[in-house]
Amino acid sequence: MLAFIARRLVQSVIVMLVVAFIAFLVFRYVGDPLAALLSQDAKQADYDAARERLGLDQPFYVQFYYFVINALQGQFGISYRLQQPVSQLILERLPATIELAFASATIALVFGVLLGIYTALRPRAFSTGVIMTGSLVGVSLPTFLIGIGLIYVFAVELKWLPSFGRGEVVQIGWWRTGLLTQSGLRSLVLPAITLSLFQLTLIMRLVRAEMLEVLRTDYIRFARARGLSQRAINFGHALRNTMVPVITITGLQLGSVIAFAIITETVFQWPGVGSLFVNSVAAVDVPVMAAYLVFVALVFVVINLIVDILYFIVDPRLRDGARTGK
Amino acid sequence: MTEPVLSIKDLVVEFPFRDDVFRAVNGVSFDIMPGEVVGVVGESGAGKSMTGSAVIGLIERPGHIAGGEIRLKGERIDNLPEEAKAKLRGKRIGMVFQDPLTSLNPLYTVGEQLVETIRTHLPLNEAQARQKAIDLLTEAGIPKAAERIDSYPHQFSGGMRQRVVIALAIAAEPELIIADEPTSALDVSVQAQIIKVLKKLCSSHGAAVMLITHDMGVIAQTADRMVVMHHGKVVETGTVGDIIRRPREAYTIKLIQSIPTILRQEHAATPAEAANDDGAYVQVKNLVRDFEIGKGSFTKLLPGKTEIFRAVNDVSFSISKGETFGLVGESGSGKSTCAKMIVGLLRPTSGQIIVDGHDIWAGGKGHQERRKRVQMIFQDPYASLNPRWRVADIIAEPMRTLGIARNRSEVDDRVAELLRRVRLDPSVMRKFPHEFSGGQRQRIAIARALSSQPEFIVCDEPTSALDVSVQAQVLDLMSELQSEFGLTYLLISHNLAVVRQMSNAVGVLHNGVLVEKGPTDAIFDNPQADYTRMLLDAVPDISKVA
Repeated sequence: MLAFIARRLVQSVIVMLVVAFIAFLVFRYVGDPLAALLSQDAKQADYDAARERLGLDQPFYVQFYYFVINALQGQFGISYRLQQPVSQLILERLPATIELAFASATIALVFGVLLGIYTALRPRAFSTGVIMTGSLVGVSLPTFLIGIGLIYVFAVELKWLPSFGRGEVVQIGWWRTGLLTQSGLRSLVLPAITLSLFQLTLIMRLVRAEMLEVLRTDYIRFARARGLSQRAINFGHALRNTMVPVITITGLQLGSVIAFAIITETVFQWPGVGSLFVNSVAAVDVPVMAAYLVFVALVFVVINLIVDILYFIVDPRLRDGARTGK
Repeated sequence: MTEPVLSIKDLVVEFPFRDDVFRAVNGVSFDIMPGEVVGVVGESGAGKSMTGSAVIGLIERPGHIAGGEIRLKGERIDNLPEEAKAKLRGKRIGMVFQDPLTSLNPLYTVGEQLVETIRTHLPLNEAQARQKAIDLLTEAGIPKAAERIDSYPHQFSGGMRQRVVIALAIAAEPELIIADEPTSALDVSVQAQIIKVLKKLCSSHGAAVMLITHDMGVIAQTADRMVVMHHGKVVETGTVGDIIRRPREAYTIKLIQSIPTILRQEHAATPAEAANDDGAYVQVKNLVRDFEIGKGSFTKLLPGKTEIFRAVNDVSFSISKGETFGLVGESGSGKSTCAKMIVGLLRPTSGQIIVDGHDIWAGGKGHQERRKRVQMIFQDPYASLNPRWRVADIIAEPMRTLGIARNRSEVDDRVAELLRRVRLDPSVMRKFPHEFSGGQRQRIAIARALSSQPEFIVCDEPTSALDVSVQAQVLDLMSELQSEFGLTYLLISHNLAVVRQMSNAVGVLHNGVLVEKGPTDAIFDNPQADYTRMLLDAVPDISKVA
């Protein structure tokens, strides 16, 4: 187990270095940074001085070394557009994205698993048909359309919920949370639902497919033959066996929810890292883009590590995985 | 007269399809008395498992009981509502399934599964249930049950898992145990132990047993009475001794005759002549194969000792042209590893394999020769044929890759010829594998093996996935093809009777070591190694009927 985690950590470091290198290349070669930093009538001497001051005359591996060292200290330079340190910008906006991501992941997981089990246990029921068809609609409608639709119904027509922003926030240390105020919670509802809808249908279909598979296995038949109750069989024996693929997909989905909630954040003007990224792309704000790239990779690497550790907890066969063959 | 535990009358199980109704069980009637072991025998599709499922109320939809009645101690159970049926399961009727590797939930410890079952049926608290679970495991012959109860299923061997399954089935002291092929997935020596455990536990707990199996040998050793089923109907019922010695119905006679036996047979192949190893067609010399265990790609880089598992340890034998060498052994003995090395799928750690004078692992010419001359027939004809390919393409593939025949009409002619050789109609070449039965698929697999015109065929358990009567046909076909083409076979099997019938010489593998080899009759009639003797004793055989 420890050896496994150590191995995974080494792999993670390699992944991060590769991503950092790509981010560095973006930083270095998407246009000349000096052109953005210096005014248009700067002289050649000014260029040379700035180049030396910023270390851009060094060979690229030395520059990459300093890039990694700085990244490790959380320094990604200064945003061209906002003239603030990039790390500070991301940290400011991170709580909003994380709260949104976790809220929508919770919704997706709870309803996805429940509906998945329900539709698997009643494969021929009318309600199953309705849910499955509905889920197809959910998958095929683009996120911005769902967001706009929800805004129209619940914010514009019914006026139940706010249509944009985070509402009031409370500062706890550097973390700015919207979960403690009523307006913050109300603001969270629509974007969280919008963001969760796609994951929800995905998880539901996955749980259903896995569950149908597991219900056909011998050990479920044997559990029936032992006279166990339906409840014990469905929720104890069957559900746990469906969890490994569900954990994998949910983990990756959570990663992409954190990293790529861009559309939802834009539709609801949610002040998270996604909208920061979109604005930075529009302004060719290279330091922010590079930092964002590294940040996204970090999110995925960490989530994958957690997912791998969860496998061990769920499946005992992996715990003494030292055996070869089957 | 005492009342039967189980009484089945005119049972009909139907599967409705869109335009047809398939009767899986068609008017079956028999009784099982208290404490009695009744064997239900028949080939696949005979409806024997379906009868068992009907009794315990676990018929897969859309199948359903369409007629007749099932009584448990006189009380009718086939028309009970689902909840009442669920209460019978485990409590009054226990069930043991075929494959112990898949019938336990892999994510729960053995103890958790036992305690759960016990507490569902008996009014015990956690600690009492756990104690009962330990007692049951001990009774089922699991050593150090108190320690092993917290192990997961994958930490037990197949035989041990089947003991756990039996312990689970008898946990609530049911009156009837349905054992559906309880030993078919196990090695012979383990099979004998499991039969003993099942018999002992059922008699000490006073449970009657309905033993469903295709293996007459198991029935002969275990059951008091037997029911022979064919196409959903009972063909013959009677005591085991009566049916085996004096079968009345044509089907039963045919079934009994097609069972190969480990006793000497008249048409057994001629004994191998004094083998001059150097002139032999296939020579296997000091074959060794090691596997490293417990090391991933990363930890390999770290210093430390590598654990090595020697799967095949210094195995040597030779086969003369046109003869059959039988390699027997239990699972894990290294038979299949040997086979893989001989056909060139796995590189030996050391040792030599020489086919017709060429070392097949030497590269160059030997390698090319191997692909043409050495072919393999696999165990499972359901898995070894690509389901998306037509039969013609499957059989023609070796010809195409090896460049034996190139243009279309020539390939088609050869495929048609091969199909005729394996006694199939050439018109089937447009069909897909799923349209064939198991025996027919194995014929297609044989045709594929023959299509590169090989001289040496390695057959890895060629008939163990097949019914006895089909097995007999496939074995006959193999013998005929051998004399027609002068083929040399390496026959790998755990079924000693099959090996006895087919081979000229035999080698016995145990834990990777060849413990004994010699002419077939000498080994079977006068075994020298203890292991061989133990193996031969463990074989359930209809001739051993009490």
